[in-house]
Formats: sequence, C-alpha cells, structure tokens
Amino acid sequence: MNLLDVFVKLKRLTVLGLTALMIGCASIPAGIEPSPHDPWESFNRSIFEFNEGLDSYLLKPVVAGYRFVLPEIVREGIYNFFSNYSDLYTALQNMLQGKPDYAFSDLMRVVVNTTFGLGGLIDMATPGGLEKHKEDWGQTFGVWGMPAGPYVVLPFFGPSNVRDTFGTIADLESDYFFKYINPVGLRNSLTGLRVVNARNTYYEAGDLLDGAAIDKYSFMRDAYIQRRQYQINEGRDDEEPTMPVYENPYQ
Amino acid sequence: MKSYNNITQYLVTAVILFSGAVFAQTPDQATPPDALIKMVVTDVMTSVKSDPEIQKGNIPKIVDLVEKKIVPYTDMRRTTEMAMGPNWKKASPEQQNQLVMEFKNLLIRTYSGALSQLRDQTVQFKALRAAPDDKEVVVKTVVLGRGDPVPLDYRLEKTDKGWKVYDMNIMGVWLVEAYRNQFSNQISQNGIDGLVKFLQDRNKQLAAAKPAN
Repeated sequence: MNLLDVFVKLKRLTVLGLTALMIGCASIPAGIEPSPHDPWESFNRSIFEFNEGLDSYLLKPVVAGYRFVLPEIVREGIYNFFSNYSDLYTALQNMLQGKPDYAFSDLMRVVVNTTFGLGGLIDMATPGGLEKHKEDWGQTFGVWGMPAGPYVVLPFFGPSNVRDTFGTIADLESDYFFKYINPVGLRNSLTGLRVVNARNTYYEAGDLLDGAAIDKYSFMRDAYIQRRQYQINEGRDDEEPTMPVYENPYQ
Repeated sequence: MKSYNNITQYLVTAVILFSGAVFAQTPDQATPPDALIKMVVTDVMTSVKSDPEIQKGNIPKIVDLVEKKIVPYTDMRRTTEMAMGPNWKKASPEQQNQLVMEFKNLLIRTYSGALSQLRDQTVQFKALRAAPDDKEVVVKTVVLGRGDPVPLDYRLEKTDKGWKVYDMNIMGVWLVEAYRNQFSNQISQNGIDGLVKFLQDRNKQLAAAKPAN
C-alpha cells in the first residue's frame, strides 16, 4: 500500500460524505444532549440518514431478492466461504495483537475448512471445537493503544470512529486476494456478493433493532462504542467486560 | 474390593439421580445464578425448538412463553430504573409503573422476535467467575450456530426472592447502557409522559405488525 492509494481513498470517502451532506442535511433534533463521544453529531446524523436511505431503497430489497431466490443452504455456503476467507485475516490480526494461540487456531480453521469443508463452503472447524474469532485492523490499532477518537458515521460502512476509519482503510488495502482477482468483472461480482452476504447476516436482526430503537441513531452509536471496546478487550487475561458504573437512584 | 465397587456404584447412581433432579427442577430461591441461567435457557430453547407453531413465527405464542418462563426470573423494575438513571426520581410512582410495564413489553417483544429465529443453535455456558458472597454476578454464554458466535451475558442480582436478571449483554453491548441516552433524549424532548407515550405507541405498532416469516 502506498500513500497515494490511501489519499485517493480518503478523497473518495470525503466526496461521498459531502454528497451525503447535500442529499440530506439532518440537524440534531431539539433537546438532544450532546454526547461527549460524538462532537460531529450533526454531520454524522446526515451520513446516517444517507446510509439508511441507501439501505431501505437499495441494499435491503436486493437482499430480500437474494433470500427469495437462493435456498438457505446455498446462502449458508456463501456465508461460510467469505467467513473462511476472513479467518485468514483474523489469524494475521491476532498475530499482530500478540495472541499467537488464537492466530494458530484461526489458521487451523482455514486449513480444516478449505480442505474438509470443500474450499470453505462448509464450516467443519466450529463443530470440531475451533472457535471462530473476528478481528480487523481497527481492533488491532486499539490493542496497540490507539485511542478511538470521536464517533464517525462513514458513508456505506456505517458506524465508526477515527481509529476505525483508518482501520477500515487498512482492511481494504490489505485485502490482497480480492485486489488481484482477474478479470475485473469477476472481482466486482464477488464484491457485490460479499456485500449482499454481509447485509444478509443481520437481515432479521436489523428489523428487530428497528422495532426496539427509540432513536436508532443514538442506539447504534452507543452500541457501537460499547461493542468495539468489548472486542478490543476480548481475550485478554484480565478479560472482564467493561462494566458501566450505574448510579442507583435509591442508594 | 467388592465393597469398594459397591460404593462406586452407589456414588454413580447418586450422581445420576442428582443431575436428573437438577434438570427436572424449576429454579428456586436457592438456585445459584449460573445454574438458574442454564435451566431457564435450556428449558426455553427446548420449548422453542419443539413447537412447530413457534417455528412458523407465531409471535403471540412466543410472547406467552417468555412471560411464563423468563419474566419470573427478571427484575424489570431495576432494568427500567437503571436505564432511566437520574430521571427515575423525577417520575411519579404512576409514571414509574407505566414505564416499567411498557419497557418490559418492548423488551419481551424484541426478545420474542429473536427467539423466533432460533433453529439449530446451541448455547455454551461459561464457568462462573464469582466469589460465594457476591451480590451481583455476570453469567456468560455464547450462542453457536448460523453465522458468527454471539456472546450473550446476563447480569444478575441477589434478592430475597432468589437471583434475578436485570441486564443483558449482547455481543458486547449492555442493554441498559444502550437505552440510557435514548431515554434521556426522549425525556428532554417530550418529558416523561412523552417517553411513556412513545413506548405505548411503539408496542401497539409492534403488536399489530405481521410476523416477518
């Protein structure tokens, strides 16, 4: 990866962000207290609106079609295929995070699933006792001690923060196998399938979230902030989920 | 030597009988928190998986199941109180009761929706890490199967009526924490009555909606 590539990507993201801003300039609803994690809330809310629109008018209908056309067993095979591919990166990330035991287990998963699991279509490793992990650059940066920085909503990618934005760029850059797939047509189709598969994994959960949310924007933000912290602390010796301190009004 | 064998046999029988008793038993006040979660979760999973109506997405039936088998082991008042934070004291007793009821219904409905998706998943129960005299514990589980493993933790408090769940952690997110800002925002916009009304409307809307599958 060279600096120019990163620059081009950042520029692309900025242009997308600005487009989103022009499409819907959502302001913060009156009466909402500013969150210390979210100084760019007004901007973030407009990107959020853009993503929501994109999801309900494009991505979700496509995924609904995908679920209608393909039987569950095929969808599961596709899910497993991409999951197996990402295990390879998880192994690398766990190595970088100083968890060689996890990295070895992830590597074993890839070996088992690629051979016995027919190129990754079947997950043989999980029933065999090799637990699945999921790591990305954002988490690795976090383990290295990089602070999260303010909350950011990225166009297309959704909830993030400053650290994870760099993480996402690094994830895209280190996606070597995908980058060198030829011809381009095949690569684009696979990328499309990958996006549809990713959205499909939370098809029902997304509807549940919509039903449970009072304000979806702050729900997703507060959940994202908690979840990333949890993922970064995961697997540490002193592993205890960061427990928020509650003020009990009765005490 | 023979008597030694006999003793072993008795012991094995006793252990089998005892474990049988544990599984058949319903939790009571003396049930330790990890055993409680295991009993309730195992029971609910078995019921959900064996009921064709539930598998077809009959939400009212699942809601009924949740009310009977899960709600008795929760303390929704505490959940609501925690999610309300400092605003709890500003609510009148009547408002407090309404909030508890509506929030409870919203959570039951969401939980029921999640349960209706249950197919061949299994739950792994992690060993409890707590001191014997702890008044609050976190019981950790992981739901396996279909997609990535989902960590699901339960926070319980010891009451005189036994252990009660009052918060849940789904994939690293504590429920109470995720609702705090949403509650306080709604209250600063529309007041406590506004929040009550919002929850009432949402619950009516969800009750009227057709099941997804």
